[in-house]
Amino acid sequence: MGFLRRIYFDNNATTPVLPEVLEAMRPYFNERFGNASSIHHHGQETRAAVERARESVAALLGCRASEVVFTSGGTEADNLAIFGLVKPGDHLITSTIEHHAVLNSGKRLQEMGCEVTYVPVDGQGLINPGDVRRALRPNTRLISIMMANNETGVLQPVEEIGRIAAEADVYFHTDAVQAAGKVPLDVKRIACDLLSISAHKMHAPQGIGALYVRKGTLLQPLLYGGSHERSRRAGTENVPSIVALGKAAEIALCGLSDGSVQQIAELRSRLQAGVLAVVNAAEVNGGAAPRVSNTANIYFDYIEGEALVIALDLKGLAVSTGAACSSGAIEPSHVLTAMGLRPERARASIRFSLGKQNTAEEVDLALALIPQAVARLRELSPATPAVS
Amino acid sequence: MADSLTIAVAMSGGVDSSTVAAMLRADGYNLVGLTMQLWNQRRLAGREGMPEAVQGRCCSLDDVYDARRVAETIGIPYYVVNHEQRFEQEVVRPFVSEYLSGRTPIPCSLCNNHLKFDQLLITARQIGAERLATGHYARIKFDSAGGRWLLERAVDSSRDQTYFLFGLTQDQLSRTLFPLGGLLKSEVREIARRHGLALADKPDSQEICFVPGGDYKKFLDAYLAEHGESLPETAGELVSSSGEVLGMHSGIHNFTVGQRKGLGVATGSPLYVLQINGERRQVVVGGGEQLYSRSLHAKRVNWIALERPTSTLRLGVKIRHRHEPAGATVEATSADEAVVSFHQPQRAITPGQAAVFYDGDVVVGGGWIA
Repeated sequence: MGFLRRIYFDNNATTPVLPEVLEAMRPYFNERFGNASSIHHHGQETRAAVERARESVAALLGCRASEVVFTSGGTEADNLAIFGLVKPGDHLITSTIEHHAVLNSGKRLQEMGCEVTYVPVDGQGLINPGDVRRALRPNTRLISIMMANNETGVLQPVEEIGRIAAEADVYFHTDAVQAAGKVPLDVKRIACDLLSISAHKMHAPQGIGALYVRKGTLLQPLLYGGSHERSRRAGTENVPSIVALGKAAEIALCGLSDGSVQQIAELRSRLQAGVLAVVNAAEVNGGAAPRVSNTANIYFDYIEGEALVIALDLKGLAVSTGAACSSGAIEPSHVLTAMGLRPERARASIRFSLGKQNTAEEVDLALALIPQAVARLRELSPATPAVS
Repeated sequence: MADSLTIAVAMSGGVDSSTVAAMLRADGYNLVGLTMQLWNQRRLAGREGMPEAVQGRCCSLDDVYDARRVAETIGIPYYVVNHEQRFEQEVVRPFVSEYLSGRTPIPCSLCNNHLKFDQLLITARQIGAERLATGHYARIKFDSAGGRWLLERAVDSSRDQTYFLFGLTQDQLSRTLFPLGGLLKSEVREIARRHGLALADKPDSQEICFVPGGDYKKFLDAYLAEHGESLPETAGELVSSSGEVLGMHSGIHNFTVGQRKGLGVATGSPLYVLQINGERRQVVVGGGEQLYSRSLHAKRVNWIALERPTSTLRLGVKIRHRHEPAGATVEATSADEAVVSFHQPQRAITPGQAAVFYDGDVVVGGGWIA
């Protein structure tokens, strides 16, 4: 194929590493390569870098540096929070729209003899804190509710849930992987005991993340080995990636006040309005709920979202739908189904997620491609009603 | 290149479809590789009679991996499309209910009619590909005199798959490419090797893709158990052709016309299943000579080489995959039905199988044996 201009609107899947983040981590591959546990100069050099990064992450989360545990990513952070606290006989409250890192941990807990309640969401994808309160039981150990949903961007009422957890004296974990860098994170306002973030959703590399663990919270580790991360996560630190996460956290914190989040919000509005103005039988999923500023999940009736993703990719626009299963095929989104969307409509939904590298010009190019692709799909779709 | 024809290649991860992709790529076409996710092999895994760790062929991760590697090797975009729901509705459920009604189904033809050349072709066109190429051994030609698209037997007669393709419409044929139709299987493997495809020597698939191990009876049990239905009552009487009750049988789904083994009655001469009466749950058995009959009634007939014929045709008719077309007269009795009268009696004409009509190498049409 000839030259194809590629536009990337799938930033909830992953984001490009920023040049300044790449620069920050680069020396830690070869120049400053020490093991942060070593007592000599090389070790001291990398230890200092790890701890500086920890402070940067703590600043983003509004916590103490000692409360930040580096992990291999969001999934490990979620697993550490859940399996670190919940034991057979305990009760976990979570929701039907969590990321699989939490949902499948819940399933595993059930196999281990734990009780799990999955609270529902309304048509806009919002959890009712009252449902969380009503789900409390004497043996409830942990509430795990995500801050922002990865598919719709809908922000959950985590502060209210935090209050409920505090009143009931139950631990509260929030998966903030899709919220970090998009909305202010303040673990004290949220009143959470545990909070997960992932570096690659905020312009740092894949394979690194962190869990905030409130001081005094005793977690059973997932990994056994050395006394790294204050014995909460064994294994030699991934220093280059930790440094990158620290740098990305600094940039994300600035971004919350320097207008970059607002800029993404404007691009998102332009995209949404542009699509809905020309494509009929389309609507934003969760559009009436508070959302992070970068995500627009839109259904296009009568089509298969999967085919639209392929058609757009072949034209150079990268977007996504549902969650990919192991073969790479698309399964209907559990999030959209939980919101009460008919299976056809869930399958007809596409997620556009913008990032700070996207431009208004890219949005306009996308707006030239999307209606055309949708029209082609509908023309050939057996589900499209005949025009009389 | 940008304005050349875009072709979607249905890639199964096997050597045939992989070679098609490599050949068309070498010819300079814009290609898109597509694999259909049709069945979740983990679904019935671990149920009674089903393997624990599935090594099945249908949509197994290994096959998707192989297809993806081929796409990477030859440098084409590649996607897996999920048609599990449709596959279950159009192929698996009918497969199960045919057996439970005493017929012997051909899921591959249903899959061709409803998935590959319908849903997948639609997907291909939706994403901008005007043609769909597959690794089937068959040939497509346009007959300008008659103004119709023709389906013809493959040059490699031992590989010919036209028997499973009789349901293709003119529109589907006009948008389909079978690049292997003129090649021998050995040549295909050689081409695969020449293109550096690692799977050039991968063994052929034989069994029904969604039935691991090929034991369809265990599959029926596991499938029905998953749906909370135990096997509906299918046990009944084993009777002779004159109606005499010879014994009982375990369920009509365990029998196929022509079957000799596993009848559970011992007589002096070998007994064969002659007929399965679904409503009365009777299995009729008799001597081998009684298996032969001269005629059949075909339903849901699709005509390819011509519009519905108005006069009786003398054609070769094939009644199972491994059967040489036998001389017969074919009469279209309604818009989608036909009666076939063979010149010589044919052994074990089996309801649920297809009757495909040939004029030499040309597939004139075909239907389902009632």
